[in-house]
Amino acid sequence: MIESYRLSVSLLGFGGSCRLVNPMTERRERYPLLRRGFYHNELHYGKVGVTISINPETLSGPFAASKNLRLPTAAGAWGKQGAYAMPSTLFRRAATALTLLMISGVGLASDWTERSDHNLRPGVTPISQDVYDLHMAILYVVSAIGILVFGLIMYSVFAHRRSKRPKPADFHEHVFLEILWTVIPFFILVGMTIPATKVLIRMDDSSASELVVKVTGYRWKWSYEYLTYQDDNNVGVNFFSNLKTPAEQFNRPALEAGLFPYGTAAENYGKDAPEKDHNYMLDVDKPLYIPSGVKVRFLITSDDVIHSFYMPDFGLKKDAIPGFVNEVWTNVPVGNEGTYYGQCAELCGKNHAFMPIEVRVVAQDEFDGWLAAEKEKAASGPDLTPFSSLESALELGQQKYAASCALCHGANGEGGIGPAFVGSEMATKPEHLQEHIDVLVNGRNAMPSFKAQLTPRDIAAVITYERNAWGNDTGDLIQPADIAK
Amino acid sequence: MAEQPNLEDRISGTLKKLLIASVLMFGFGFALVPLYDVICDVTGLNGKTNSSAAAESKEVDASRTVRVQFVTQTNADMPWEFRPEVRSVELHPGEIKLVQFFAKNEAADTVIGQAIPSVTPGVAASYLKKTQCFCFNQQTLAGGKSMDMPVIFYLDPAIPKHITELTLSYTLYNVTEREQQKSKDVAVHRGSQF
Amino acid sequence: MTATTAEHHDHHDDHHHAPHGLKRWLFSTNHKDIGTLYLWFSFAMFLVGGLLALVIRAELMYPGLQVVDPEFFNQMTTVHGLVMVFGAIMPAFVGLANWMIPLMIGAPDMALPRMNNWSFWILPFAFSILIGSVLMSAFGAGHPSAPNFGWTFYAPLSTTYGPASTDLFILSVHMMGISSIMGAINVVVTVFNLRAPGMTLMKMPLFVWTWLITAFLLIAVMPVLAGAVTMMLTDRHFGTDFFNAAGGGDPVLFQHVFWFFGHPEVYIMILPSFGIVSSIIPVFARKPLFGYASMVYATASIALLSFVVWAHHMFTVGMPLAGTLFFMYMTMLISVPTGVKVFNWIATMWRGSLTFELPMKWALAFVILFTCGGLSGLMLAITPADFQYHDTYFVVAHFHYVLVSGAVFSIMAAAYYWLPKWSGVMPNKILGEVHFWFSLLSVNLLFFPMHFVGLAGMPRRYADYALQFTDYNFWISIGAFWFGASQLIFLAVAVLCCMKKGEKAPMNPWNAPEEDLEWTVPSPAPFHTFDTPPVIK
Repeated sequence: MIESYRLSVSLLGFGGSCRLVNPMTERRERYPLLRRGFYHNELHYGKVGVTISINPETLSGPFAASKNLRLPTAAGAWGKQGAYAMPSTLFRRAATALTLLMISGVGLASDWTERSDHNLRPGVTPISQDVYDLHMAILYVVSAIGILVFGLIMYSVFAHRRSKRPKPADFHEHVFLEILWTVIPFFILVGMTIPATKVLIRMDDSSASELVVKVTGYRWKWSYEYLTYQDDNNVGVNFFSNLKTPAEQFNRPALEAGLFPYGTAAENYGKDAPEKDHNYMLDVDKPLYIPSGVKVRFLITSDDVIHSFYMPDFGLKKDAIPGFVNEVWTNVPVGNEGTYYGQCAELCGKNHAFMPIEVRVVAQDEFDGWLAAEKEKAASGPDLTPFSSLESALELGQQKYAASCALCHGANGEGGIGPAFVGSEMATKPEHLQEHIDVLVNGRNAMPSFKAQLTPRDIAAVITYERNAWGNDTGDLIQPADIAK
Repeated sequence: MAEQPNLEDRISGTLKKLLIASVLMFGFGFALVPLYDVICDVTGLNGKTNSSAAAESKEVDASRTVRVQFVTQTNADMPWEFRPEVRSVELHPGEIKLVQFFAKNEAADTVIGQAIPSVTPGVAASYLKKTQCFCFNQQTLAGGKSMDMPVIFYLDPAIPKHITELTLSYTLYNVTEREQQKSKDVAVHRGSQF
Repeated sequence: MTATTAEHHDHHDDHHHAPHGLKRWLFSTNHKDIGTLYLWFSFAMFLVGGLLALVIRAELMYPGLQVVDPEFFNQMTTVHGLVMVFGAIMPAFVGLANWMIPLMIGAPDMALPRMNNWSFWILPFAFSILIGSVLMSAFGAGHPSAPNFGWTFYAPLSTTYGPASTDLFILSVHMMGISSIMGAINVVVTVFNLRAPGMTLMKMPLFVWTWLITAFLLIAVMPVLAGAVTMMLTDRHFGTDFFNAAGGGDPVLFQHVFWFFGHPEVYIMILPSFGIVSSIIPVFARKPLFGYASMVYATASIALLSFVVWAHHMFTVGMPLAGTLFFMYMTMLISVPTGVKVFNWIATMWRGSLTFELPMKWALAFVILFTCGGLSGLMLAITPADFQYHDTYFVVAHFHYVLVSGAVFSIMAAAYYWLPKWSGVMPNKILGEVHFWFSLLSVNLLFFPMHFVGLAGMPRRYADYALQFTDYNFWISIGAFWFGASQLIFLAVAVLCCMKKGEKAPMNPWNAPEEDLEWTVPSPAPFHTFDTPPVIK
């Protein structure tokens, strides 16, 4: 059931999100609405008009099948699907925006987890709220200064132009004024530093955390290791987290699809299937779970170059530096459970943009259950169940290849930073099989070791996939036991 | 400006001063390196700990305890298993503790490892005193062998009261190739004291 | 080295003895010719850097990877930054200094004319090396990577993980550095020794003052940059471990060394702008500059403070609280003298008799847009908020407001202001107006929405982005293409002036006060000026 629904407007487009009750877990979650109509039809190509298409099916997850979704139509009623098209004039766009804003309801302004298109996000933690308040305060201060300065300039430009004042004044000093505009800004600054210092001191206090997670940046993925949780000193759960968006979604060679790669507005009107879903470039295969209402300390480091752990909704950004450990902490209050996204914020090489962070904040009892299951998995050792058929190995291999290998070796094994597999000696000749496995397990030169990232079963599947896909029809089926040896 | 007979001298004088200034500033760029180390030692800017044995502790402040957590990180091309035997200890400032780290070379060949310590929060770094540490020297393990590597340390009783827990991290690097390289050509090697 | 102007005193020669053809430019020791070379070179680099920026904007116009792959994208961001900073803005200022400082202080030439020639002619080679690596990457066999670690080249991305072309980059930066240091030395020596009798330091035009202070900054920090790249080189090839954690070094040290250079560097790129604008506004307000002395002191204090704020570029590396607070306070302090300057400019205009010829338009746009950049800079100084802004497009918006609508606009103001003196013809008014208004509108379309995407959380140096950033990125790209195309209009303006097509310029076309010595020589300025020093009242 949609609990609240909100559209936001910026100068150039509209955005929306709704807060829903997850029918499976009965928890409130927030889902941004896809704005395909705006992105790909009207705003980009400006051909046909404003198309506001809010379709339940553009919502991912369990909501896709939910029968309970009700969305506002442009006419103001609530229905299954809201879609509206009209010629694009500035007036009509503004009117539509206003209408939709009114529909969305004033009371929803308290929804401070709103995903913003044009301003800092208030986020979901007290610290991120503090940061947001500081940001807004300094924004008002600089806006006031700006209005004053630009007002004076504009007044002078109009009032003191030659046609009005043929004879200029001749002053060029005024000690009092000069002191004034040195001293007043100084005190404004002092006024700003006081709250900023207070927030900094609060941010600095990482003591008394109940959960400690080590976050390690790799090129180009994150790995999380749960170190301590409450009294458990040796949690021993760790995993890697890779971008989930498949490469074929973002690889789009120049003008291959013509000037309108997404089709014109007319062609797209009424269609549902999203070209890219709203968590494009943000979803990962295995998110980081943290409990709500618990102080979590992140120890941040890197394996190779400098990365930066950036979680806007928690007000966090800290560099991951090889050989050094940094720490930050967060505490998401109970009631703000949900999925939050972050990205790497320090240039780390080719796929810098492709290593997002996805954090699931869940209620503490749910977290306990999740952690217990993960611990059990970790304790039971690697899964060495043999593949029943080549097909089952290929299916897993394809997934794992897309997540872990495609960024360097190409979505179709055509190569990239790493060598190509299509028809290569390594991936086709039987005498290179062991070497092929060794390189994947232990790494070689720029190729990192995948021993820690992939299970023996995954590795076997990937090797099998690389030796059978794209015309490398060797027929080799590598079993997990071959890898674990 | 013919009335300035020494113009050329003045020009070359200024020029000389400025050239010397640029050369000095080039030197200053390099002087930033030791300068930075000094500043880090004083302020804990980068969380580095002492790199050679510290003096023994004298007094113990039994009125409070501090939790020290141990974290290990193995660099991607390092084929060792590396972990602390205990994940954390609680101790009084001034109290001397011995902690063992377990290392096992999972490769077939001999590998030389170098552990790089780091402490967070950075301000705590200068209060963590190690009297013995495997990170002071490189460690060599033959293929398949394992060992326990000890760290003996105490916290300086002057450690600020607000620090109630700190994290000592070791990142283990494979320096085998570098060492082989070095035995071939004697290169300047800053920081070999680690 | 010091074969100076003295030899010219005996024969009052003029154009007739000037060499012609290629030799004139290759072997020139004349400050005006070298200034012209610098200015054309910087404009060429501005277009090259702009082209690279347009590759970036083409890629970011839509989500997805359409035009280039992320590796090449990183090379574009890197080389765009380097070319614009070291190839466009800095040489443009050196060119203006070469042309104008001798004219403004009544000197016959720069004090070290042969070094002047050398410091220019190093640059084309330095940039051939750098741009060559890009061409190899784009068209060469095997597509070796050009520098791809951002213009800030943080270790270990640029050391342990740097491409082979990093060594070309290091060589190129060394050459740029040597060129800048020589240019700066020349300015200081000239200003200290060749001022006309009676031209005391506190009578110097502000452009000379700001350049003098800039030159000291250059001499202080360019060698540190040279030190940083030398350490990179030895880390890469000679077994040192300055920045390598595995050998006991510290990657963060690199950032400290780099920003110790880098922060004064940003003032190197803006102080001469202050000087230009301080020269232009009084002329078109028909009123003397307000607060000359406080302008000089403000410039000097900005320069001094610039040495103690560098770590505000690195708040997220995890400094102790005390360090963070120190750098936050110092950074905020720097806005006080900057504010003084802005208020002085307003007071100069106040109750003047303003007209808005092209140089004044650019100067006014500078004041307003630079102030925008300054205000977002103030926001960035608030450290807790900076944790959010850092490395997002908010920062990109900030420094492009200061460097494009700041430094570049002031250079355009200078060009329109002094082109009559340089070429002897007035810049074409219609083209100039179109150029100005297009640039003004497009630069805001280009950079203002970057504030929004940055605040919304789009990290910089991203080849692809999440969908909520789509709207703005589209408009940013439109702004970028518009801005880029608008600069070609200036190419036409400049070429027309060089071809002497246009209204002939009088000696003092803007009716500048007679203390401004550059307007007391004919237009175009003869090959040799002030062989006999002018008399300063």
